[in-house]
Amino acid sequence: MSEIKKFMYVNRKAPYGTVYALESLEVVLIGAAFDQNVSLAFLDDGVFQLLKGQDTKGIGMKNFSPTYSALGDYDVTQIYVERESLEERGLTLDDLLPLKYEDEDDDWAEKDSIRLVNREELAGLMEDQDVMLNF
Amino acid sequence: MKFAIQINEGPYQHQAVDSAYQFAKAALDKGHEIFRVFFYHDGVNTATRLAVPPQDDRNLTKLWADLAEQHNLDMVVCVAAAQRRGVADEDEMKRNGKDAHNIHPAFRISGLGQLVEAGVAADRLMVFGD
Repeated sequence: MSEIKKFMYVNRKAPYGTVYALESLEVVLIGAAFDQNVSLAFLDDGVFQLLKGQDTKGIGMKNFSPTYSALGDYDVTQIYVERESLEERGLTLDDLLPLKYEDEDDDWAEKDSIRLVNREELAGLMEDQDVMLNF
Repeated sequence: MKFAIQINEGPYQHQAVDSAYQFAKAALDKGHEIFRVFFYHDGVNTATRLAVPPQDDRNLTKLWADLAEQHNLDMVVCVAAAQRRGVADEDEMKRNGKDAHNIHPAFRISGLGQLVEAGVAADRLMVFGD
């Protein structure tokens, strides 16, 4: 498996209510071991997955949102959030988890993993992928 | 063309398992190769040998098993998703202290790495689900 492919994990659904978000994150963490070019996209209700201050006590579900903060340690550093999806839900970047990574090519400077992109830019990124996994 | 197939929805609940089957069958009939079929989320329920759909309905487990036998398909069920939902082979169930097991022998239990590997190895990964 020498060829490096562009993998994009597309997250479109709210974090709770269905299991898609949790089981998507499990694939991302396992997939990080494969040395591929990995990115994540969050759009539609998927943007709610990255909300900070999640509290799931009232519904008895496991709050798995802290795991997103570990993505940088797994070298998953390209996280695209669709601007329109955020705006349609009354959210801004400040409402999202501050996901960071340390850039080894830049003296381990801490950088933001989240990149806001508009719908057209995201479509372009998708066009450029080899493998898309939709959840 | 070398395809990989991922199925994210449960049988009978959702068209995805059926559509994936029709796709796989059509692709094989056209001479394409299927590197692997990966069952994830509720899709893992396709692998239970204990399902007994009404006689005048399709039996999705059997349809997939027959196709796998004809074409030597590698059909993998995600272990984490399967364990949550009570789909497992004999070894695993023994390990977990359970007294029954239900996976059809045409399927095998393995990890999510098998899905990522399929994405790397295939020319196209087809995802069936919502």
